[in-house]
Amino acid sequence: MATLSIPNPVPSAIEDAEKLRKAFQGWGTDEKAMIAVLAHRDAAQRKQIKIAYEEQYKEKLLKRIESEISGHFERAVYRWIFDPVERQAIMANIAIKNKVVDFPVIIEIACINSSNELLSVKQVYQSLYKHSMEEDVASHATGDFRKLLFALVGTYRYDGEEINTELAKTEAKILNDAITKGEYNSDEIIRILSTRSKAQLQATFNCYKDAHNLSITKALSTKTPNDFVIALRAAIRCRTTPTKYFEKVLRNILQKSGMDEDALTRVIVMHAEKDLKEIKELFQTRANMTLEQAVAKKTSGDYENFLLALIGN
Amino acid sequence: MADETLSLKKAFSGHGGFGVDETTMAAMVTKWRKQPDQKSRFRSDFSGFFTKIGSIEKCEDDYLLRLKTEFSRFKNIMVLWLMHPWERDARWMHHVMHKSYPFTVIVEIACTRTSEELLGAKRAYQALFNHSVEEDVAYHIKESYSKLLVGLVSSFRYEGPQVDNDMAKWEAKALGNVIKSSGSGKLIQNEEVIRILTTRSKRHLKATFKHYKELHGKPIEEDLGANLCLQETVKCIDKPAKYFSEAINIAFKEGADKPSKLSLTRVIISRADVDMEEIKETYHKQFGVKLEDMITKNTHGHYKDTLLTLIGK
Repeated sequence: MATLSIPNPVPSAIEDAEKLRKAFQGWGTDEKAMIAVLAHRDAAQRKQIKIAYEEQYKEKLLKRIESEISGHFERAVYRWIFDPVERQAIMANIAIKNKVVDFPVIIEIACINSSNELLSVKQVYQSLYKHSMEEDVASHATGDFRKLLFALVGTYRYDGEEINTELAKTEAKILNDAITKGEYNSDEIIRILSTRSKAQLQATFNCYKDAHNLSITKALSTKTPNDFVIALRAAIRCRTTPTKYFEKVLRNILQKSGMDEDALTRVIVMHAEKDLKEIKELFQTRANMTLEQAVAKKTSGDYENFLLALIGN
Repeated sequence: MADETLSLKKAFSGHGGFGVDETTMAAMVTKWRKQPDQKSRFRSDFSGFFTKIGSIEKCEDDYLLRLKTEFSRFKNIMVLWLMHPWERDARWMHHVMHKSYPFTVIVEIACTRTSEELLGAKRAYQALFNHSVEEDVAYHIKESYSKLLVGLVSSFRYEGPQVDNDMAKWEAKALGNVIKSSGSGKLIQNEEVIRILTTRSKRHLKATFKHYKELHGKPIEEDLGANLCLQETVKCIDKPAKYFSEAINIAFKEGADKPSKLSLTRVIISRADVDMEEIKETYHKQFGVKLEDMITKNTHGHYKDTLLTLIGK
């Protein structure tokens, strides 16, 4: 469930556009007013606000925002304003064009969406960037990463519930063979992980656990952190237990030293209108503090206020 | 009488040509009504089709099978004609998994359909078979060309007008380098070849092939060795009318096998509403004979009539 909270009744798009205009005028920016509007509207409402603002004031809302605020706050608001489909297309493009492809972003987008949701992202990607997402992933990623990311992004997976138990057993064995040989980049691992339906994949992993008394992600742990294996584990988690995956990502960001604001922004912004509630609840049981407390501890200023507003404060 | 026998033999032959002459057969039933001796004489005259076990007359099994195939050509084309194109494509691709059709059918469908048509076919495949076509191709087809095939069937190419000409030139050069340095057997598994052929838009690839020819003085097909899968891929993307015209020609050749003969129905049904005019022109130019003449000469009965109508005679 979403953590996004919308006032009832919700002001009209024109009223909201006026509030934002007021927030931009004069010296500095009234960030609290900005957050009060933008962090409490759903995708359809945000779109209407953009349209109303542009019609009324003859300038693009996004351009104005970019000139008014900066830093992590600005990046978070920018990503938040778009609807989920366009947002993911934009974030995928940023991740791909990074010096080294930011693989967690691509893996998340490719693995947590249903086939049709991912298809929508790809369609918007094409209209924005005049390339297919697949061709950009393939031409920017290299080696094993290219194999994995391309397979995950490119497959239009079957989303049904049917399970073939014999097949699950066979493929659990195939996975085991590859893992024991240390062939983590094996074509078979990539094939199974990227083409099988979620239900079939879960059945396969269950067979694996029954047979070896070890979950597949634990089996893939290596003593030396190897980026590709990290990617594999992320893909496995995203395809089967996304809530747990995102909870862990948040816990890693918020409880370890250092700070990755881009990752924090990404998780909060991408899930606030989707399933941040479940992630939040799991976080609380695991971290012994609420997500709000953890975020407040590690962030500050407008950025913190914006995130807290999205988390449901 | 001799003429009648000849035309009846021809009508019943299921031999050379395609289809059966239903009208002649029905006419003979009328003519030879209550004349078992006529039929008896016909049977003993029709060697190779009827034989005797002792004094018992029997049909040759081989002949019965051939006749069955030829009778069902009309049924098949009618059923296919009525079917939604997506279901048609899905069923044809499924036949390849179970080896009754050659893998080139997958190349044909993946490369000559638009992105929307291929997506539709994939959706139909899922609805019909409860698997994605990608997972089935990856699982059932374990040949040197598997990776290329999976890539082709996964594709969701950009179809807009934009082409990065510099990139097309660069990739033409890259392909040339790979071709020079790879053994022709290895070429089909080369990551760059697969990436370029399966992810780039068709417009981009046509530009790439054009640059290749300018750079190396010959079309890329000539440098691909005996790699059927690569050849077909390039042809389907670059010159689909030529590909289809050649597939039709192979179907009409003396001694064509069952799958080749099935191409005739498949090509004409699937292209009738798309690029049949262009295919007819190409066929005429390439083989010096009009397609409608070829059909008239070599096919029979309702099957013939249907083909002629579909090609727009």
